[in-house]
Amino acid sequence: MDLQSINYVIDTFFAIFTMTLIIFMVPGFAMLEAGLVRTKNVSAVLMVNTMIYAIASMAFLLFGYSLAFGDFGSDSMSKWAAFLFQMAFVGKAINIMSGGVSERAKVIPLAIFTVIMGAVIYPIIVNWSWGSNMLEGTFLELSMYDLAGSTVIHSTGGWALLAAIIIIGARRGRYSEEGVIRVIPASNIPLVTLGAFLLWIGWFGFNGGSVGSISSKESADAVALTIMNTNTAGLAGSIIVGIIMYFQYKKLDITMILNGALGGLVAITAGPNLYNIYTPILVGAIGGVIVVIGVSFFDKLKLDDPVGALSVHLLNGIWGTLAVGIFANNGDDITFLGQLKGVVVVGLFAFVVSFIVLFVINKIVPLRADRDEEMQGLDVDECGLEAYPEFKRAF
Amino acid sequence: MKKIEAVIKPFKLDDVKEALTQAGITGMTVSDVKGYGRQQGHSELYRGAEYVVDFLPKIKVELVVADSDVDSTIDIIINAAKTGKIGDGKIFVSPIEKTVRIRTGEEDEDAI
Repeated sequence: MDLQSINYVIDTFFAIFTMTLIIFMVPGFAMLEAGLVRTKNVSAVLMVNTMIYAIASMAFLLFGYSLAFGDFGSDSMSKWAAFLFQMAFVGKAINIMSGGVSERAKVIPLAIFTVIMGAVIYPIIVNWSWGSNMLEGTFLELSMYDLAGSTVIHSTGGWALLAAIIIIGARRGRYSEEGVIRVIPASNIPLVTLGAFLLWIGWFGFNGGSVGSISSKESADAVALTIMNTNTAGLAGSIIVGIIMYFQYKKLDITMILNGALGGLVAITAGPNLYNIYTPILVGAIGGVIVVIGVSFFDKLKLDDPVGALSVHLLNGIWGTLAVGIFANNGDDITFLGQLKGVVVVGLFAFVVSFIVLFVINKIVPLRADRDEEMQGLDVDECGLEAYPEFKRAF
Repeated sequence: MKKIEAVIKPFKLDDVKEALTQAGITGMTVSDVKGYGRQQGHSELYRGAEYVVDFLPKIKVELVVADSDVDSTIDIIINAAKTGKIGDGKIFVSPIEKTVRIRTGEEDEDAI
């Protein structure tokens, strides 16, 4: 076998392996969300996670991939591997959105939105940023650097979630009419922890695979640095949140610490290959601080987000993209203004289009479960199967 | 005969059972219960917001003793279940009209 073929095989293998790691984020999201919601909604949350992964990936196969990249094609690896790697991302963008509307949104309208997100909205954003670039030459053309999708995936999912929460509203009983915020605690902390660490591991494929090639000494170094920096940001995010929690409340809230780790991971995703080995400590730590501030900020606005996805994915997606413009050392191509423009253009498009699509869907098939269904829990009506049938509920 | 109901902290159950067994009390019934007293539950922290857990988990121990054993039994339970901190629980005593052992048909104090 000649050297070119060996490189082709190695890069194909690398793409399929990192795609497999990314798919580990499906159970990651599922377990995280299952642990953060109440027991009466766990089956429904898991079902939504499964259906969305399938539908979004299918929509991307049938429509989205061609819209984003023009056609199936790659010279450096098997084109099927190139497709699989891109496909693995689609479910993530939509999963971010579905998690934050847990415990009150119904699956059929969410599935309809998933088709449009996977076939049109997300592929258009990929087209602008990583794909065949239909904005080329126009004044909107993006010059932002976003290696694995702080903006393209995380913020996009976050903007869609923000639109969805505005339309759907908070869980019943979450905010009283007198303005009191009622806490609805997580039901299963071990699952939250498992989910967060599955996501963390998946991130090594998410960011590492986005380097695109591992078959030369230089690209192998780039992949290893990317994964190392990814991990560092997660460590920094969890540590800083632990410290903040302890000094503020004298308690180490595990769900916040895990969200801090995830916030750090989102923040590093735009440019893990561009930083030296110490900068990710700062990028990830600021990501953790943003999570702590963000969770209570969105609560004050009465935007009810049971899993903290707005803080983790939306805010840190923005922060991570801007951080590349501040800290990355890659010549003059990357500027803060270029990064900011990317955040604004993608953000406006993702939010406005998602809002319109969700608004229309909501008129035809209401996104929100009715009162009785929500009180009883979505498990019974949506799935016909409670996740914990022998569990006695406290209220 | 009197029924003694003691609502205690869950982790004190083993101590109470041990002390009562040593004093010759041969049986008791326990159940998981939830409740609160003067302290009105306790507060926990979740995602930067404090919230009150109204109903705290407790164990209810029920046993029936002869009238002459009531005071000593109460003392034993207090000694075993007391931590001195708030939420140690309460003991209630009420009269029992009749006791029957199902296996033998023995009645009242013979059946305790």
